[in-house]
Amino acid sequence: MWQIFHKLGSPKWFYGIASRLMPWLLWVGVALFIAGVIWGLAFAPPERLQGNSYRIIYIHVPAAFLAQSVYVMMAVAAVVTLVWRMKLADVFVKSVAPIGALLTFLALFTGAVWGKPTWGTWWVWDARLTSMLILMLLYAGAIALGRAIQDEKSSARAVAVLVLVGVVNIPIIQYSVEWWNTLHQPSTFKLTEKPKMASEMWVPLLMAILGLYMLFGWLACLRMQTEVLVREGRTRWVKELIQQGGTR
Amino acid sequence: MHPIRKKRLTIVLFLVVGVSVAVALTTYALRQNINLFYDPSQIAAGEAPVDVRIRAGGMVEEDSVIRDPESLMVEFKVTDFSSSVLVEYTGILPDLFAEGQGVVAMGRLNGQGRFVADQVLAKHDENYMPPEVNEALEKAANKRASESGGQLETSAGY
Repeated sequence: MWQIFHKLGSPKWFYGIASRLMPWLLWVGVALFIAGVIWGLAFAPPERLQGNSYRIIYIHVPAAFLAQSVYVMMAVAAVVTLVWRMKLADVFVKSVAPIGALLTFLALFTGAVWGKPTWGTWWVWDARLTSMLILMLLYAGAIALGRAIQDEKSSARAVAVLVLVGVVNIPIIQYSVEWWNTLHQPSTFKLTEKPKMASEMWVPLLMAILGLYMLFGWLACLRMQTEVLVREGRTRWVKELIQQGGTR
Repeated sequence: MHPIRKKRLTIVLFLVVGVSVAVALTTYALRQNINLFYDPSQIAAGEAPVDVRIRAGGMVEEDSVIRDPESLMVEFKVTDFSSSVLVEYTGILPDLFAEGQGVVAMGRLNGQGRFVADQVLAKHDENYMPPEVNEALEKAANKRASESGGQLETSAGY
């Protein structure tokens, strides 16, 4: 366990392992996600009250799910940055923040599109929707702060502190629907209970979520590799890699 | 663990705990503003201000919807199963509006305890079911009800 953790400190080791992982993440992810979404959009039964409009759940829930867990991953990386000063952790935070922002935007957008026919409004300032908007602002803040500070080390620390401060928002998003009166319905999936959804509806949803996780992993690896190459541009292993024509 | 790292970790933990406590206290203080709507019991208890734009939410009571044949005016009771509030609304209701379904109405509480809404939003729950499953469940429920000799209870929406 600790050995892997220490190895992660080496960008070169990470570059190699990421290259080996990426094809798996990409193809299994694409297969799962596409299969889940097609199953959900075309073959899953319509909902008793909402008819077909509920099908946007197959995009909305995976995006919202990922948006939150990407932030949690960033917060873990932020702790590693602050405590162990590991460069790769900062590379992770900087590489995935834009992905997280995009996913949060997608969740908000599909939520608005879904809200119009079912609730009768695009937007209400209820606790769930507002805390999700704050999540997007936190992502935007982390991106902006990281870019605003030139020095690599101070930028890493500043962003890590911001990400850590923002992590309190995650339980608020998660439990907003239980703590307060909201228009948004409570979670369908709970760790301790059976999903409150027919199985022919939640199986494709789960596939889409897992698929999107893997696609996120692939994109994160790709962006981190690029960032590592930029930062380690002057080291011997990067020069050798480039002379080999980029083949690993 | 290296002592310096241990110290940093403590600082980080203090940071997170401190921020959490601050946010928890703030949201606790603001809880009434964060709640999107008032329950009918809160309105009955007089917690909701009169003649101020507020939201009221709950279930539409069964057999309480009265539509005015001449206009778009609708009248219904919103209940949380302990008390209920009479809502009147003029306009088009969302598709999911039905007796037994959740709604959030925005408007003013007038002096007579009637809630005059200018916007009605439908709330849906976290249960997703295909129509056949719902019908089967209803049939089973009706069968059970008729076997026990009780009143037939029709469930939401239909």
